[in-house]
Amino acid sequence: MSEIKEIISRILPSATFTEGDTLMVTVDEKDWHGFAKALKETKGLEFDVLSAVVGMDWKDSLGVVYYLTSTSRNWDVISVKVAVPDRENPMIHSVCDLWKVANFQEREVYDFYGIKFINHPDMRRFFLRNDWNGHPLRKDYDADPKLNPIPTEDEKNEDDTVSYVEDENGNVKAVPGKVFEEDEYVVNVGPQHPSTHGVMRFRASVDGETVKKVDVVSGYIHRGIEKLSEGLTYPQILHFTDRMDYMSAHQNRHCLCMCIEKAMGLEVPRRAQVIRVMMDELMRISSHLLSFGCTAMDLGATTAFFYGFREREMILDIFEKTCGARMSMNYNVIGGVIADLHPDFVKDVKEFIRIMPSRLKEYHKVFSGNLIAKNRLKKVGHLSKEDAINYAITGPSGRGSNWSCDCRKKHPYSVYPEVEFEEVLESGCDSYSRYMVRMKEIEQSCRILEQLVDRIPEGDIRAQVPKVIKLPVGCWYQQVEASRGTFGVYIESTGEKNPYRVHFQSPCFNLVGVMDLTCSGYMIADLITIGAALDFVIPDIDR
Amino acid sequence: MEVKIKSMKHEDFKDNEYIDKLVEELNATGANVVVGKFDQLINWGIANSLWPLCFGTSCCAIEFMSLGAARYDMARFGFEVARNSPRQADYIMVQGTIVHRMAPVLRRLYEQLAEPKYVIACGGCAVSGGPFKNSYCVVPGVDQILPVDVYIPGCPPRPEAFFYGLMQLQRKIKVQKFFGGVNRKEKIAEFFEKHPEEEGRIG
Repeated sequence: MSEIKEIISRILPSATFTEGDTLMVTVDEKDWHGFAKALKETKGLEFDVLSAVVGMDWKDSLGVVYYLTSTSRNWDVISVKVAVPDRENPMIHSVCDLWKVANFQEREVYDFYGIKFINHPDMRRFFLRNDWNGHPLRKDYDADPKLNPIPTEDEKNEDDTVSYVEDENGNVKAVPGKVFEEDEYVVNVGPQHPSTHGVMRFRASVDGETVKKVDVVSGYIHRGIEKLSEGLTYPQILHFTDRMDYMSAHQNRHCLCMCIEKAMGLEVPRRAQVIRVMMDELMRISSHLLSFGCTAMDLGATTAFFYGFREREMILDIFEKTCGARMSMNYNVIGGVIADLHPDFVKDVKEFIRIMPSRLKEYHKVFSGNLIAKNRLKKVGHLSKEDAINYAITGPSGRGSNWSCDCRKKHPYSVYPEVEFEEVLESGCDSYSRYMVRMKEIEQSCRILEQLVDRIPEGDIRAQVPKVIKLPVGCWYQQVEASRGTFGVYIESTGEKNPYRVHFQSPCFNLVGVMDLTCSGYMIADLITIGAALDFVIPDIDR
Repeated sequence: MEVKIKSMKHEDFKDNEYIDKLVEELNATGANVVVGKFDQLINWGIANSLWPLCFGTSCCAIEFMSLGAARYDMARFGFEVARNSPRQADYIMVQGTIVHRMAPVLRRLYEQLAEPKYVIACGGCAVSGGPFKNSYCVVPGVDQILPVDVYIPGCPPRPEAFFYGLMQLQRKIKVQKFFGGVNRKEKIAEFFEKHPEEEGRIG
């Protein structure tokens, strides 16, 4: 870290540093774009992954905190803080020319805070309707329901967009534009469509049957979790994580709990850590089974769906016995887990591990080797490794492009350093590779479970925590490997019992960002299979 | 008055007040003598081939998928043909949170359903907004924008709860009347407009 500091102060002497759980660099807005370019390109830094973009309202100023990861520097993470004092017309330079992932991230920040990004090609709102009044995550937002009543009409002028372009003299001018040209043929998919895995809406412009461009319209399940969290205490916000990506409920909640525990300096008992990891892996298997079933069903193969769900029910039974619910388990709590394991847990898990390998063979026989499936998945939805890194596509989809990005290996947490497992990589860069990574990850998850199931230590299931949980002043960022990629939680505290700002950096948000890239040039029917193989969960995108 | 449905016993269900009340209302607003048998035949057909319009926005939709899989197997009740077009569906199954951006879409889908049409609100979010009730852009319950027939609470509801709710809808359908009577809420409201003296006495 001191080396990074040295290089940075050489590039930009005016940068100031704040030590925390990650090194925070504060830069002026006017230096930001040049500095970002240097961070990405300077030898010895090479921050090639933009992990998170967190919009902020510090009352006296608005701004953004960027989390950057360098794959060549052993996945070192730094954060950069950029603030502007202007509340009326805040403007920050866009970095989406450097990291493509910033495109949607900056639109989200604009939606929440009204910060306009200079030179961003498409500055529309991302989650809320274009006729929405105000920017909801600002601290001075007027939440009067009369300002934004429940709408009965569709949005007008959906195609209109705007871009704030800076000329050589530094003057910024708003340039209106259109998402689609006048003579383009646009096919609408969603928001209520069975194969978009939720309520995502795509607008695809087609030439014959070939897709030219996909416009993602999100926000059909935007529930405002981040704003709600600001008004609740830490134990009260835990349950939101189960309802974002409901297929990685345990991992998401694990992440939030770890972030709070890190801030409190709380040691989690070993028994709880082992239980958490086992639950995470069970959840991962259940998620991949659902993904298998849905991918098959999207191609019209209903039988495979039944096969996938048959095994998934076994996992749900294990969850139900211990956590008391099949979904939305609410199991992890700050300091450990809420209840001890059910007496049948070990027996059930062993039974599951015993059965699963033979069932996987069955899946491969039924679906993976099927000619139709191969034709529909292979050489479809190409995503190169460079693009995967630039768009920050983590999880099985990133690993299908041969990018080693498993957070369990890169930023080991809990008891993952002690267990043996392989990071599954495939080099096909297509839908089939992404699908195969998932199937192989089921094997690896079973392997982790096998190692841990007989080694669950005795002891407490949770640490002693104070009745009222207050975090010290500061900010923290924690990442875990959820079922669909790296999930991050950002918490900023002012020392109160409720957080000043909570941001959830969800993997699916980045996944949907490559829909345009991966679908362009393929058939309109492939849009569905590409989406199925990327496997996004919409409430995780919209939050 | 006890409702008599041959295949669904009164004592098998715990909350019978609403259906008793409904039957009372129906009998008050329409005559039913000869054509009752036709009603029974039609209702028998509709109640046993209820095709849902899947409107899954979040977690509840996954539990609904479990319902379709082998273990819970909703084909036993005739619910299995989940339609994706409102024109082929009998009822809309709202599974998950409805937000401002979605509200006009949901409303339009409801209007596209062919009569007779029903609405089931599944899960806390659809019933009341659930844990997101206080949010700036969540509709606090779909009954703000649609007339709901059955509420299924839970977060998400268990598959058994789904079945209980769906069977309640079946019961509701089995007592409805097409001939010599009207059963939709708006029609009843119309009736009360014309006969204000009946209000309060019935229901």
